[in-house]
Amino acid sequence: MKYVDEYRRKDLILSVAEEIRTISKKEIVLMEVCGGHTMAIHRFGLDSLLPPTIRLVSGPGCPVCVSSQHFIDTAMAYSRIPDVIITTYGDLIRVPGSTTSLENERANGSDIRIIYSVLESLEIARQNPDKKIIFPGIGFETTAPATAAAIIKAKQENISNFYVLSAHKVMPPVMKALVNDGVKIDGFIAPGHVSAITGISIYDELASSYGLGVVVSGFEPADIMQAVLMLTAQIESGTPKVEVQYHRVVNKDGNRIAQKAMKEVFEYRNDQWRGLGMIPKSGLMINDTYSSFDAEKQFSVEVPESTEPKGCICGQILRGLKTPLDCSLFAGKCTPSDPVGACMVSGEGTCATFYRYRV
Amino acid sequence: MIQKDKNIMLGHGSGGRMMHELIETLFIKHFGNSILNDQTDAAILPVPSDEIAFTTDSFVIDPLFFPGGNIGKLAVCGTVNDLAVSGAEPLYLSVSFIIEEGFPINELEIIVSSLAQEAQKAGVLIVTGDTKVVNRGKCDKLFINTSGIGRIRKENIHISKALNIESGDVIIINGTIGDHGMAVMNARESFNFRTSVESDCTSLNRLISAVLNKSHVKFMRDPTRGGVATVLNELAGKTGMGIEIEESSLPLRNSVKAMCEILGFDPLHIANEGKVLIVAGEQRASEIMEVLLNHESGKESSVIGRIVNDHAGRVVLRNQTGGSRIIDSLSGDQLPRIC
Repeated sequence: MKYVDEYRRKDLILSVAEEIRTISKKEIVLMEVCGGHTMAIHRFGLDSLLPPTIRLVSGPGCPVCVSSQHFIDTAMAYSRIPDVIITTYGDLIRVPGSTTSLENERANGSDIRIIYSVLESLEIARQNPDKKIIFPGIGFETTAPATAAAIIKAKQENISNFYVLSAHKVMPPVMKALVNDGVKIDGFIAPGHVSAITGISIYDELASSYGLGVVVSGFEPADIMQAVLMLTAQIESGTPKVEVQYHRVVNKDGNRIAQKAMKEVFEYRNDQWRGLGMIPKSGLMINDTYSSFDAEKQFSVEVPESTEPKGCICGQILRGLKTPLDCSLFAGKCTPSDPVGACMVSGEGTCATFYRYRV
Repeated sequence: MIQKDKNIMLGHGSGGRMMHELIETLFIKHFGNSILNDQTDAAILPVPSDEIAFTTDSFVIDPLFFPGGNIGKLAVCGTVNDLAVSGAEPLYLSVSFIIEEGFPINELEIIVSSLAQEAQKAGVLIVTGDTKVVNRGKCDKLFINTSGIGRIRKENIHISKALNIESGDVIIINGTIGDHGMAVMNARESFNFRTSVESDCTSLNRLISAVLNKSHVKFMRDPTRGGVATVLNELAGKTGMGIEIEESSLPLRNSVKAMCEILGFDPLHIANEGKVLIVAGEQRASEIMEVLLNHESGKESSVIGRIVNDHAGRVVLRNQTGGSRIIDSLSGDQLPRIC
């Protein structure tokens, strides 16, 4: 299949692995900050192709995993309001909140519908003028523009029963926060789809002020191996910089229309990340111009104080300090069918990935 | 008389004149055979001299019509295949309809007609049935239940039980995986994928009887809901053996592969309605493959893996790039990824 098979060719991947082995001298840690990369690395066994000098660790790149429990609890509280329909991306439905999950709320009678595009929420809003449609917006720069576009469209079409509970987040602040926190990282494998939107200048500071290499990478095994090669070369030669591996999708300026939509609707706020705490200017909230679409401003619900599950080490896993194998709950009390922590819920969470690929 | 441009009303299930008209003009017309035509309360059937196999299944699919079939065709294939993969020769079916008030009679006739056609193709008789009509909103348009009786020869009774599975046994599938699940999902959801993927929904009893006449199989199962992964996990669990699958041997349409790549699904978890997984001794592989490849429903058959002594109770997939991963059963619903 075009755009897939040619990037999974064994000979190509092995030849890149050979190049990496040839140039790698220093012991380095590279962090991938996207669940899609984590999954591909394990699915194709890429870590086993690397020399012992290079260690790959997974960072906080799965949107489901980093969403705070308070956000999930708020979405569930909304679902219990009469005449509310929650429209949500599928991954979110099984995430455990403090007491239950959206899936359980649905079984108990709440109207919760899985959608594939936020624009479907607008259609549901048009068809149900007597209901209130709330979309829990989740994801990084990849999904935030679509949410922004939906809000702009709702305003243009005077759809007044559509609301967004925004947990959208942006990538660079958390990457900086991890380094500031003392997590040892020599370079980042950065998500290609984020840069397809934002361009690559968002990482300039990581290279210039923190001296870290950043390579914007695609998601197929050959892409990731090439990104590792590029980072290794940068680190070995002592020239950290921002580079693009994923040229077939990413250009350095990104998608200006998507950037404009985000800027139109959102403003930055300090935001809570599961396991990582409050990170300055890392979240996107709906600005005053569009506040009539902001669920947090339009609905008031009582949400209990959040409690992190006992024994769960998702926070340390999201910082790349521990792996799921260090967790006493992993694969015992915490499995994909009965997840305790958020990293087990999404197919791209580090724990779910380890669970699936632990051979 | 029944007017076919009208909708089903509660009276069509009341047991009175309207119901009898519906039975005569729709069900007897399409299903008619000497046993059903007697319209006895219970079908009177000759007892085969062998053991009998008996199964039941309910069909609640949304949408009712999808590329490659509809709920009527599916209701026959599902039950016929449950009998056939157990090693039985399907003989008789019952068909029960639960219909939502207001359902268009002309759509019902299309469904009944496909049901009849598929039954004829499979060579089974529909010998008894039932019709209920429920108030609007009390069911989703139309539910169908079919039960089936088949004859099973003593030498085939082991097939559904997975008794003599050994290391080295081969695992064969009769064609591409995931077609049904992705065709239905594409018809139901608002993806707007421009793809021609069709459900593989078909009765497999003739294919399976050709295999059983020519060779010997140790185990068979149809990988419907939960897909190939679920059947293989059940087999690994039941036998305590390991199972190894080669990714490059899995027959997979490009359209299904592409949809799965986009949505983050594993084709091994997607439903099939015209596939059978066969486990057989290694020395039987080539004769079974020969029968399959020469049959209409087996042209894309492939040996996809084997039973191994390693990783007991687990199913492992080896991919082209040298990696391997555990294939788990599907837990809960298949959920598309966010980005």
